Amino acid sequence: MIDALSNYIAGILILVGALFTLTASVGLLRLPDLYTRMHAASKAGTLGSCVMLLALALQSSDGAIALRAVAGVLFFLMTVPISSHLLAKASHGAGYRLWSKSKRDDLQEAQDAADDAT
Amino acid sequence: MTGEVFVQTSIVIAFGLLSLSLLLTVLRVMKGPTLPDRVLALDMLVSVSIGFIAVTGIATHAAFNVDIAIALGLVGFLATVAFARFVMIRGESPEEDNDVKDPPSEAKQ
Repeated sequence: MIDALSNYIAGILILVGALFTLTASVGLLRLPDLYTRMHAASKAGTLGSCVMLLALALQSSDGAIALRAVAGVLFFLMTVPISSHLLAKASHGAGYRLWSKSKRDDLQEAQDAADDAT
Repeated sequence: MTGEVFVQTSIVIAFGLLSLSLLLTVLRVMKGPTLPDRVLALDMLVSVSIGFIAVTGIATHAAFNVDIAIALGLVGFLATVAFARFVMIRGESPEEDNDVKDPPSEAKQ
């Protein structure tokens, strides 16, 4: 009974993860500029792969494999925000502009304020 | 439907959805239009591949799949950090068309 329940939960987790990954890639293709695309790819994409790794942890019979899968999830949850923040900061600093219909650019305003202060 | 059959069915569906998202991400790598867009799409490609490896691990019950997924995640992280550093040092490339077009006008072309 418990075994069958874990099968159902793992199957639902696999489907949810695949749907999140598909949503992220559609967002990557359809959104207008780099920063909005980053918003889709880094959040939904990470959640998709993490949910599928959790399904792997639930489905494995060996405790060591489940522990490694959970450690992998923690690793991705820590590294993906760092790398995408670094890429966004670098491309903003390099001068890649926002979409023309963007309303506000807080990082630019903060930098302008810092320039005025000095 | 028993639990075993449900898992097998969802594995097949997930392989289809993941293949579709790999295809869409590769389309973004090809379209660009700027270098950070391509770097971001490559990062997304790594995370789709991690999902693929996890689903393969469930399908085959092989133990080494988790290690491959963690190693691939590490490589993807280091590659993105290195590319971000490269973008920061190089600055904006003059030959790239940096004018971000609206999606409707882009679709008409």
